[in-house]
Amino acid sequence: MLAQLLTFAWNAPSIDYHALAPEIIVAVTIVVLILLDAFTGERSRWASSSVAGIGLLVALIPIATLAYDGVNRVMFGGGFVVDNYALILQALFLVAGYIVILLSTNYIAEGDYHEGEYYTLLLSSILGMMVMASARDLISIFIALELVSIPAYMLAAWRKRDQKSNEAGLKYYLMGVFASAILLYGMSLIFGITGSTLLVDIGAELGSYVSSQPIITLGIAFVLIGFAFKVSAVPFHQWAPDTYEGAPTPVTSFLAVASKAAGFVAILNVLFIGFYERHDVWEPLMWVLAALSMTVGNLIALRQTNVVRMLAYSGIAQAGYILAPLAVAGATLGTGSEALRSIVVYLLIYAGMNLGAFAVVLAVSRKTRSGDIKSFGGLFSYAPTLTVCMTIFLFSLAGIPPAAGWFAKLSIFSSLASAGSASGYVLAVIVGLNSVIAFGYYGRLIRVMWMDEAPDGDRTPIKVPASLSFALVITVAVTLVWGVFPGALTHFTDQVNLFSLLR
Amino acid sequence: MKDFLNSWGISLMVFLPLVGALAMLVVPKAKEQFHKVVALAASLVVGFIGILLMTNFDYDASGSLQFVIDKAWIPIINSRYIVGIDGISLPMIALTLLIVPLCIIYSWNRFPEPKNPKAFLILILILETGMLGTFVSQDLILFFVFFEVVLLPMYFMIGVWGGEKRQYASLKFFLYTLFGSALMIVAFLALYFLSDPIEVGGQLMHSFDMRILPELATGISTGAALWIFGGMFMGFGIKVPMFPFHTWLPDAHTQAPTVGSVILAAVLLKLGTYGFIRIAIPILPSAAEKWAPFIGLLAVIGIIYGALCCLAQSDMKRLIAFSSVSHMGFVMLGIATLTTFGFQAAIFGMVAHGLITGLLFFVAGSTKDRYHTLDISRLGGMLKSMPHMGWILGFSVMASLGLPGLAGFWGEFPAILSAYNPGLGLNVAFFRVLMVIAAVGTVLAASYLLWMYQRVGFGVPTKEYEDDPHLHDVTFTEWLAWTPILVLIVVLGFMPNIIFKVTDGAVERTIAIVNGLGG
Repeated sequence: MLAQLLTFAWNAPSIDYHALAPEIIVAVTIVVLILLDAFTGERSRWASSSVAGIGLLVALIPIATLAYDGVNRVMFGGGFVVDNYALILQALFLVAGYIVILLSTNYIAEGDYHEGEYYTLLLSSILGMMVMASARDLISIFIALELVSIPAYMLAAWRKRDQKSNEAGLKYYLMGVFASAILLYGMSLIFGITGSTLLVDIGAELGSYVSSQPIITLGIAFVLIGFAFKVSAVPFHQWAPDTYEGAPTPVTSFLAVASKAAGFVAILNVLFIGFYERHDVWEPLMWVLAALSMTVGNLIALRQTNVVRMLAYSGIAQAGYILAPLAVAGATLGTGSEALRSIVVYLLIYAGMNLGAFAVVLAVSRKTRSGDIKSFGGLFSYAPTLTVCMTIFLFSLAGIPPAAGWFAKLSIFSSLASAGSASGYVLAVIVGLNSVIAFGYYGRLIRVMWMDEAPDGDRTPIKVPASLSFALVITVAVTLVWGVFPGALTHFTDQVNLFSLLR
Repeated sequence: MKDFLNSWGISLMVFLPLVGALAMLVVPKAKEQFHKVVALAASLVVGFIGILLMTNFDYDASGSLQFVIDKAWIPIINSRYIVGIDGISLPMIALTLLIVPLCIIYSWNRFPEPKNPKAFLILILILETGMLGTFVSQDLILFFVFFEVVLLPMYFMIGVWGGEKRQYASLKFFLYTLFGSALMIVAFLALYFLSDPIEVGGQLMHSFDMRILPELATGISTGAALWIFGGMFMGFGIKVPMFPFHTWLPDAHTQAPTVGSVILAAVLLKLGTYGFIRIAIPILPSAAEKWAPFIGLLAVIGIIYGALCCLAQSDMKRLIAFSSVSHMGFVMLGIATLTTFGFQAAIFGMVAHGLITGLLFFVAGSTKDRYHTLDISRLGGMLKSMPHMGWILGFSVMASLGLPGLAGFWGEFPAILSAYNPGLGLNVAFFRVLMVIAAVGTVLAASYLLWMYQRVGFGVPTKEYEDDPHLHDVTFTEWLAWTPILVLIVVLGFMPNIIFKVTDGAVERTIAIVNGLGG
């Protein structure tokens, strides 16, 4: 009887372990980290960062084999998909996570913070991102999002004796929870209308509604606003600068790059699979969010005196650029694919250049103990290599060739122009004007590094630890190679598609 | 040899400076001699490859691209690595190849504060790659990349080695140009998506290939074409610079170190005019026809306005900078006529202006080194205290005001003349009015240049410089750097055909495209 009941209630889903291997490896690494921390003494704490890093790198192996295999794997009734899109983003999260670990190693060890817990939480968040890339169901998206966010709340408050860090964590937590609530409300409305949490079903159902129902509009808007908090798009950005400034800098780099990318991935998933047919609702919303984010972000960034805050506002502006293609993505399926690819390209390049910029900030603040832009004065005279690296990253962020950022921006321009609509061109011009404004502050930092005198004439050289140098080597290489040979990047991204499920 | 040049020549020429820069990057900056030698050697080897290319260039077929390399670069948007040289780009490349080594020689013993020859020379080499790359690119995206790459070294050169207000000047320079290129890239992309697709590997794709775009772009509606041309106009026009976008130029020139000013005047400004001739006009002739009167008008305003500003300057370098605005106006006027004659004049004017204004900036730099000021009212009697330098200044002033027999004449005079008979359906009466005003501009040019020369060259040295031991005559490195320019100005003045013959075929072809498709 009991056995009968069990077989009735529990039909074990068929699990493709190959497809899940990356997630499983990261999960196992998390367990190992906890055990390591629990059962070894203080002296082997240093091993945590190595174990975490190796775990992430090992997880790249199944991603490579899956990509080589090239088959789209669908599991759990369509709620979990492993395709080119998911793989390339998972690779992004793993590599970005690895670089964050490189950035954290010395910072966390020297600050005498809890190393074991730190890397456990970091990897949990990365695991959430990986799931996010594959999630095709409202519930799994939500769970992935919380898995990304909850460890991040704690990480932001990691320097617990520092008031600013506490403020950072608390602000991030409150805003995050608020956003989650809005998101859930939107999701429940969508579920109420369509009767399904599966994005494919939602897409089919919403497409069949001819008349516009206010409740659909409301549902879509709430879901997107919920995510807009996560990617810190204006006007939902207020938490970002304070959180970025207060959080430990490696965590900030993680929030600014990986966590933000995860938010974008969620937006892409729901927009392109679930809401695609209702582009009349989300296109104008995205247009406004994009235009506001880049303009407001850039204008406020101009007035910053703290380098991390400046990067935070620059990140808000960059979020605007990334959102821009979505404003025209609904015109045709062709424009949609173009928009999707350009966003993936941007996310990849953005990760490289922004992590690099944070690496330099970390290296410099090891000496200056300050985040003030003025503290970068005269950097060229005593740390020329760091200065050249930072210059490359800043030029990349500003979109000047040959650093990779230009291609990211070109992709954005290209997808905006491909729609052929007036709104697309106007937004493209707004992006163009914003690039000019943005150079105002990127250029100022460059100017300070190259042309100003060192504050107090202190020209003792900076000792850059090995892990930080390695992170710099990776990010500089990526930024330059992708800038000179964008083909090396598009080779991977031009297979990316989310419509395969629709048609 | 020919095979090698065909498949490698241009790439080698464009990227060798970068190789030199990389070699310098790994050597510590204390070894100054090493850096100078490597930089000079790199630029000379590049020049040598350039000479090889020029001697193997088929001058009878200057209308067609030669030494073409066509390789895949960014397949997803069908942007390719296409480079080639024809009669229009050849003079520009020759100018670049000449000016860069001369700049390195000139700065041999006199790096501006804060010295650091390593970084300075690396920047010059990167600049050379950017400039050469822009002139050989035949793909819009490739062109855009090189066009932007040029910005970076110049930004640092002005910002780090410049004068007192260097930070302001460098940022202004950068923001102006960036603004133009942002609109330009949007225009390029609009062009890309609106032009007809071609078949690539069994699949219809749009193209950035400048060689075929004139044909592909015929289907673009007039309204869209006007907008696209407008975007390019902003990009190129700011670079030229055309009135009213010229305000970055005097600041940049005044603050830039001597070598920076020379390269800026000699080559960088030409990227804009070259863009009009190479890209904007042949690809969108019908829009060019609509825009031409407007461009001609701005050009003539630039001529007069630049000249009037010159008359009001008290700083020698700033005066030369404003004279650039005026002279580039003549070039733009020639281009705006959309005729073979006008284009020829424009290209000659670009080369002549590059040589003459380059020389003027060299002399101004040397003057500043000796007097520590460029305030015209404090200078004087240069012919007395430094006769050779005084003569060279006089010579370049004469060349600059368009004295027949020197190179400047052949840039200015035909440009004015070409406006008498504008091409396509342009309004003849309007262009003749422009012609007359431009002719007045030459008189103004003569007056401000001669006035400046009178105050600087003639008379006796002012009290403060009477017995100044710093006032020594032209040094060896200066002779080395200036002689080639002096010779060329005379040679081109007597035998303008050296350039006209090279450009003829290519310009004919361009104008044929304009007439054939735009009429």
